[in-house]
Amino acid sequence: MAKLPKPEELSKIDYTPPKTSWMDTPVVFKEGMFCHGSKPKSLDIVGFPNPRDWRPADADWKLPENWKEILLEGIAERLEKYRSFRLFMDICVRCGACADKCHFFIGTGDPKNMPVLRAELIRSVYRKEFTLAGKIFGKMAGARELTLDVLKEWWYYFFQCTECRRCSVFCPYGIDQAEITIIGRELLNLLGLNIEWIAGPVSNCYMKGNHLGLEPHTIVGNLEYMLDDIETVTGKRIKPTFNRKGAEILFVTPSGDLFADPGTYTCMGYLMLFEELGLDYTWSTYASEGGNFGFFTSNEMGKRLNSKIYAEAKRLGVKWILGGECGHMWRVLSQYMDTWNGPADFLEVPKSPITGTVFENAKSMKMVHVAEFTADLIKNNKLKLDPKRNDHLNVTWHDSCNVARGMGMLEEPRYVLKNVVNNFVEMPEDTIREKTFCCGSGTGLNASEDMDLRMKGGFPRANAVKFVHEHYGVNMLANVCAIDRATLKPLMDYWVPGVNVCGLHELVANALVMTGEKERTTDLRGEPLPGIEQKEEKA
Amino acid sequence: MIHGNMNLNHYLIEKKSAILKKWFDAVVETYPHETSTFLRKQKAQFTNPVGYTLSEGIEHLFDALLQGMIPDTVSRFLDSIIRIRAIQEFSPSEAVSFIFQLKKVVRQELGKEILGQQGIAEELAVFESAVDDLALFSFDLFMKCREKIYELKANEAKNMTFRLLQQARLIVDNQD
Repeated sequence: MAKLPKPEELSKIDYTPPKTSWMDTPVVFKEGMFCHGSKPKSLDIVGFPNPRDWRPADADWKLPENWKEILLEGIAERLEKYRSFRLFMDICVRCGACADKCHFFIGTGDPKNMPVLRAELIRSVYRKEFTLAGKIFGKMAGARELTLDVLKEWWYYFFQCTECRRCSVFCPYGIDQAEITIIGRELLNLLGLNIEWIAGPVSNCYMKGNHLGLEPHTIVGNLEYMLDDIETVTGKRIKPTFNRKGAEILFVTPSGDLFADPGTYTCMGYLMLFEELGLDYTWSTYASEGGNFGFFTSNEMGKRLNSKIYAEAKRLGVKWILGGECGHMWRVLSQYMDTWNGPADFLEVPKSPITGTVFENAKSMKMVHVAEFTADLIKNNKLKLDPKRNDHLNVTWHDSCNVARGMGMLEEPRYVLKNVVNNFVEMPEDTIREKTFCCGSGTGLNASEDMDLRMKGGFPRANAVKFVHEHYGVNMLANVCAIDRATLKPLMDYWVPGVNVCGLHELVANALVMTGEKERTTDLRGEPLPGIEQKEEKA
Repeated sequence: MIHGNMNLNHYLIEKKSAILKKWFDAVVETYPHETSTFLRKQKAQFTNPVGYTLSEGIEHLFDALLQGMIPDTVSRFLDSIIRIRAIQEFSPSEAVSFIFQLKKVVRQELGKEILGQQGIAEELAVFESAVDDLALFSFDLFMKCREKIYELKANEAKNMTFRLLQQARLIVDNQD
């Protein structure tokens, strides 16, 4: 029988954590805080090193014998290749301005989620191996050996950062923590240490063109379901085209919009809008992914996955590309595509065929975000809108990190929103626009097994939603990001029950008065439109 | 200062701010040092939501205890604290331990002299029993939160499976 503690022993339980310095506090892997390890098949398909079955919670990670050498060479190579990386390793003065700005730190209360400390995990090894002071003074200079425990700590915490860059807004030196995480993950991938929720979609996208691994007939089939629903709501049958050569525009959106609610309602929104405009556009079943989980793996992998969009645009002979509602897709396409796979000189500078507006901001990469496109349509009075159809909704706006903080797209979605709904409330100032709080599930952390982590990371966001829900009756959280649409829903279910989640173009399509449509009685979700129930009762 | 004929509630109201400060300190000390410093430093509702929720929550809970456990207040503010601690790095006992800390804090603040007064011991027993009720209720809330997490995990898996079955035409609507 196990020894029972005596009453006086029980009364001595101390809940105060031990005061050890972070270097002396070993990492403990806690269930719910990390994702499954990458499967060998997923790594094999894209030719990544060390494909094998492994489990993050196991002691043996089945690493190659010379893992340390591989990693140190990897760091050296990246210090040489990316000036920013060397700069970020050297210039931090540990002022702490970033410390309390991270949603993961706020939510978990774990000091190693302070951005400064997360960076120190790698910086300490950099000092030890690449600086004279670190070599001589060791721990006194904030340096430490690269050990297996350190490696595990890297893995645990670089997959507890969503590269949202909120911390960098507050850094006086402009250190971009996202780049440190990006490189941290790149290094881990040299040893085959990815998570399956990223590695799986990457291999799917590489082979099939999208993260979910949807094959062409499935993509068409999924869209057919939506077309049926659109017909039920509007009485109109839409016939989009696929892989059509000679179309003016190629439309690319995250595959999440094709598969899961509420993304599918957003997708119905695109279909209805483009139909009403008579847009000469095509879907592609090959460039069928706007997102890029390669970007969460390594720069090289991001580039490889991204190349298919330009390749498909070239093959189809379109003039320019229109992008659906996605967060990181937009940052990748705007800030990386051109240098990775450009110049896209076979495309034309995007010009709206409806308004004649030339999108000068897309001069180089030749791609326009659908929120910009629609804002321009509304500004030029090209859409007939009836915002009353959204009167059952009291909407607030979540600025998705990569779109808002990353790309400065703050006004366009708000402009669209204000034209399609009558009830719009902003969340508190410190939680929107450049200072927006992340959903807590970005950069491939939107798996189910790390639900605890997601709920913690999303808490600051949810807390602001709770405020507008309680004070202004907000019942809908709108955004332009596929990961947000998928992950904010469970976040709301846990923290703010009663708030739903939608994409911008679902609201646009609800309000859009289409030529020859029947009188609408429901919104895209099949919910009765405001006033309809009373009308039916009277009849 | 000790007044004649004062009951426990009067003392607790008089010493409210000192009790709340100590109770708050006891709660934030369950976090690592760097984190407790942050939680204490500022209590901004949106940029330090954990610190704010704890500080606002314990004050309302204390008031509710004094006013005879108003169910709505208890349920709302205890829920907001437990909802956070149920997903943080705590074991179940650690997550709800802060409730029991109140008993210790109250006894410390009242001091021997007040505790020795006639009738106070009986009133304190009633008060502490109410604190125990709060602790029991917090177990229920803790479990509800954990069950919600498992439900969310299960729902994600179910939704995905449903879609896959639908795609494979293994399930179709009746009208189809």
